[in-house]
Amino acid sequence: MLTLQCPYCGVDAEETELTAGGEAHLKRETVGASDDDFEGYLFMRENPKGLHFERWRHSYGCGKWFLAARDTNTLEVFGTYPAQSKEPPKDLRDKISAKRPGWSWREFK
Amino acid sequence: MSTRLASGGRLLNRGRALEFQFNGKRLMGYEGDTLASALLANDQMMVGRSFKYHRPRGVVASGAEEPNALVNLGKGGKFEPNQRTTTTELFDGLYATSQNHWPTLEFDIGAINALFARFLPAGFYYKTFMTPRPFWKHIYEPFIRQSAGLGKAPKDRDADTYEHFYFYADVVVIGGGVAGLQAALEAGKAGARVLVMEQTADWGGRAVVDGVEIAGKPADDWVKGVVQALEKMENVTLRTRCMGAGVYDHGYILGYERLTDHDPVLQGPRHRLWRIRAKQTITATGAIERPLSFAGNDLPGVLLAGAVRDYLVNWGVSVGDRTVVVTNNDDAYRTAIALVDAGLSVPAIIDARPEGAGALGAVAKAKGIRVEEGKAIAKVKGKTRVTGVALCLQAGEGAVIDEIACDCVAMSGGWSPVVHLWSHCGGKLKWDDAQAMFRPDPARAPTGADGEGFVLTAGTSSGELGTTAALADATAAGRAAAKAAGLKPKTGKAPVANDVDETPMAAVWLMPQGAGAELKMKAWLDYQNDVKVSDVQLAAREGFESVEHTKRYTTLGMATDQGKLSNINGLAILSQSLNQAIPQTGTTTFRPPYTPISMGAIGGSARDELFQPIRKTPMHGWHVENGADFEPVGHWRRPYSFPRKGEGLHDAVNREIVNTRTNVGLLDASTLGKLIVKGPDAGRFLDMLYTNMMSNLAIGKCRYGLMCTENGFLTDDGVVARIDEDTWLCHTTTGGADRIHAWMEDWLQCEWWDWKVYVANVTEQYAQVAVVGPKARQLLEKLGGMDVSKETLPFMQWADGTLGGFPVRVYRISFSGELSYEIAVAASHGRAFWDRLLKDGEEFGIMPYGTEGLHVMRAEKGFIMIGDETDGTVIPQDLGLGWAISKKKDDYLGKRAQERSHMADPERWKLVGLETLDGSVIPDGAYAVGEGHNANGQRLTQGRVTSTYYSPTLKRGIAMGLVHRGPERMGEIIEFPKVDGTSVKARIADQVFYDKAGEKQDV
Repeated sequence: MLTLQCPYCGVDAEETELTAGGEAHLKRETVGASDDDFEGYLFMRENPKGLHFERWRHSYGCGKWFLAARDTNTLEVFGTYPAQSKEPPKDLRDKISAKRPGWSWREFK
Repeated sequence: MSTRLASGGRLLNRGRALEFQFNGKRLMGYEGDTLASALLANDQMMVGRSFKYHRPRGVVASGAEEPNALVNLGKGGKFEPNQRTTTTELFDGLYATSQNHWPTLEFDIGAINALFARFLPAGFYYKTFMTPRPFWKHIYEPFIRQSAGLGKAPKDRDADTYEHFYFYADVVVIGGGVAGLQAALEAGKAGARVLVMEQTADWGGRAVVDGVEIAGKPADDWVKGVVQALEKMENVTLRTRCMGAGVYDHGYILGYERLTDHDPVLQGPRHRLWRIRAKQTITATGAIERPLSFAGNDLPGVLLAGAVRDYLVNWGVSVGDRTVVVTNNDDAYRTAIALVDAGLSVPAIIDARPEGAGALGAVAKAKGIRVEEGKAIAKVKGKTRVTGVALCLQAGEGAVIDEIACDCVAMSGGWSPVVHLWSHCGGKLKWDDAQAMFRPDPARAPTGADGEGFVLTAGTSSGELGTTAALADATAAGRAAAKAAGLKPKTGKAPVANDVDETPMAAVWLMPQGAGAELKMKAWLDYQNDVKVSDVQLAAREGFESVEHTKRYTTLGMATDQGKLSNINGLAILSQSLNQAIPQTGTTTFRPPYTPISMGAIGGSARDELFQPIRKTPMHGWHVENGADFEPVGHWRRPYSFPRKGEGLHDAVNREIVNTRTNVGLLDASTLGKLIVKGPDAGRFLDMLYTNMMSNLAIGKCRYGLMCTENGFLTDDGVVARIDEDTWLCHTTTGGADRIHAWMEDWLQCEWWDWKVYVANVTEQYAQVAVVGPKARQLLEKLGGMDVSKETLPFMQWADGTLGGFPVRVYRISFSGELSYEIAVAASHGRAFWDRLLKDGEEFGIMPYGTEGLHVMRAEKGFIMIGDETDGTVIPQDLGLGWAISKKKDDYLGKRAQERSHMADPERWKLVGLETLDGSVIPDGAYAVGEGHNANGQRLTQGRVTSTYYSPTLKRGIAMGLVHRGPERMGEIIEFPKVDGTSVKARIADQVFYDKAGEKQDV
């Protein structure tokens, strides 16, 4: 059972307080998108053994959505940050680089 | 003969005798006994029968690893099957019965399987019972069901209570042997908050049995001293009878404490599940002795050497007068020496190693024990218990050299560290060739949130079998854990024990090493599931190379003991068969819990009313008092109907409907979701969530709206009311309130976070009552306080005001097709308002109606219901709801998805009404068959029923369904086969069966 720190209320929340929300940083495709782009948005997901960026909601706490960078294999958590982020913040990316040199995830590295 | 000695037994209180029953026999034991030690003290060698061949089986171990001696324990509400006698503490009045035999333990019909063992190898069931197909159902399965299974499932309700307990620790130490205690002491001295869990009732583990001296003191005294020191530390919590059950992500640990099993007279919960968060966990879980694989190693009277020693030292029990010790290591010599010291006979130590033992070998020889080096057991003699062993060369094929009479065989194949808890959360193992064991690899520990290891091992579970080495390892572990938890550990020397020099053990996986087929078919690996050396070799020959596949094919290690004894021996045999090294074969996965824990403990107090919180409306009490028949809707309980005395449920529903359509009905609609959406961008936001426009809804008006997922499928519906310039109130379905609220939050927080909108779920702030029927207005006018006329408050509008003195908000919306007012009052006024309506409505013939009446009336009107007409594959266009999809909007959730070719396909199944030709009710979920058959020879389908009811209004069955090109096929007749083989024909019709023009609701 994971613990993740909610970046809003600062609580180290047990997984039972949280709701998992799948992959982070999806770009919404809508009217005008090609079938391929729309399929990618709806269905295509990363499934890494290793570094992953995820959406979580502190459902039984402050109710806020946040994002987490985490290793799905070692369970290491590199950091959490607000859902209102277009990309992982620089200090977090630097931190990941220190521990996983040369990492990349989708368009981010 | 297995018996109690006149003296000895360090755990026994001979001053307190306890009476217990086994298979109806009244037997006696002492306080401090386990059920296993007490049975052995009474010469009850045979305790059960094995799973497949029903072989006679006795106690083989002395602890949690026991595979054989399982019993049914207790009676009635205290009954529990598959309880290990070795971990069951004896209490006065204990009642146990043996299992897996018929009719009796001594005479068992299933034992005939053993005669056919030659024909029942691994995978037998897969190979044999395949064909002919009908045989499976009528012959094979009933036979297998009759003969399969260990204990019987309990029939009565569990009479005990259970609880959960939450705990936070810097360091959790699992295991209260000398290593665990030493590690706890070091962590405790550093100031860490420490929890120590020991699964048995006593501290000290093996060291106290083996007569080790630590720091110049007998181990018993040293243990007492350390426990006292720990008890004095406020930062240390000690728990016996508490097993570390599992290690999970980020330092989450489960402990399983058995509070009253040892003395059911005690009050309070029976088991307590500890839910622990620990910064660091130390597993000091010791090691488990391995059996040796020789023919007949499963007979009652063949025990692990360490277990024989335990029964002697801890409980004063001699398992046999004459014990042959068979071993591949020095440790088993301790058993021989202890037995001789207790005045018992050891006719021989059979040591598979040509060079024999070290210092302990010399001691044994000095005591006059015959030591046979380089020898093996060819086979064990005896039918239901050991009568002797046949001696042979270990290097040979089993030619008998000598026969030795004995009534007990103490075997030791070496020790395997208990690595289970280390492995649960990803700790890796390394193979130690010298000790022939898998041991934890500290370089690859389970990692926590910080990426660093959070589990350490201490003592024997690290693979350190010598006491001095184990204590040094434990000292280091205790200090390292404290340091990792942010504390400053003390320094100093680790205590030293009086270890003797031992000769290295030899890996012996089969005895004798060249044993032929006859012997291998009798050499057991997994006692409980009857897996033998020959089975694993067969699996390898048949191509099961992966250890995980072999496990499943042979069932090796799949019994309730999860292979604690059989695992290493089995994979060693597999490795030999595959001609590869053991680490290449690897282990199967260690999964929690370490030993089975009770379902009661997992449930804790979450049973009956506490199982799941039930949501109750403010009027719930009235419903209960008036005999409502409840149904669950989400977490709510809603009245399905209000049957009167002597009235059937179906009749009650019909009465409620007819009365609502002719007089006035009352529905508790409080469960309906109510979400306030407010802010300058609220209209824009709702335009994205609903398929239709909500931003242009006039203040004071209501509009029915649909919500779709991004995949285009209909997910919820409800009436939206515009409250003021920047406030809307969205009604959701009862089951959808929380989900839609979360859905709105998701979009507002994660996609359109710059939009100025707030959402509040006010579902429980209001009681809502639907007053429905032609006399509804008369009733409200009688209450008085606001104008509810058609002119002031027309259909699909709302107004605030008072009724009968209650502040109310009245919505003129209708889900029944009748004149209808949905009236919201503060939740605290709900019951009073409900009572008032009933009282004032008496003259109008008022009756409450339930959810079934609601369903039938909406179906009569052709209104869809989320969950009936929708199932996650249905788009609004399928349901004829195109009118509720805005053509003006550039975007809404689901719009792009609905443009996909399959969604626009005219071949889709679409909603229509269905009128049975004979007026009957089509079974729920029935499918309409079409022309032709599919590849499986089944009739093709062309539609299915989504809602089907008896309509008391029309006095016939009505239904809605999704039918292939349905709306284009009005008047066509389609056929719905029923499960009884007949079928019902129905005409495709308009789905609105009642008041097609909608005149009744708009008055």
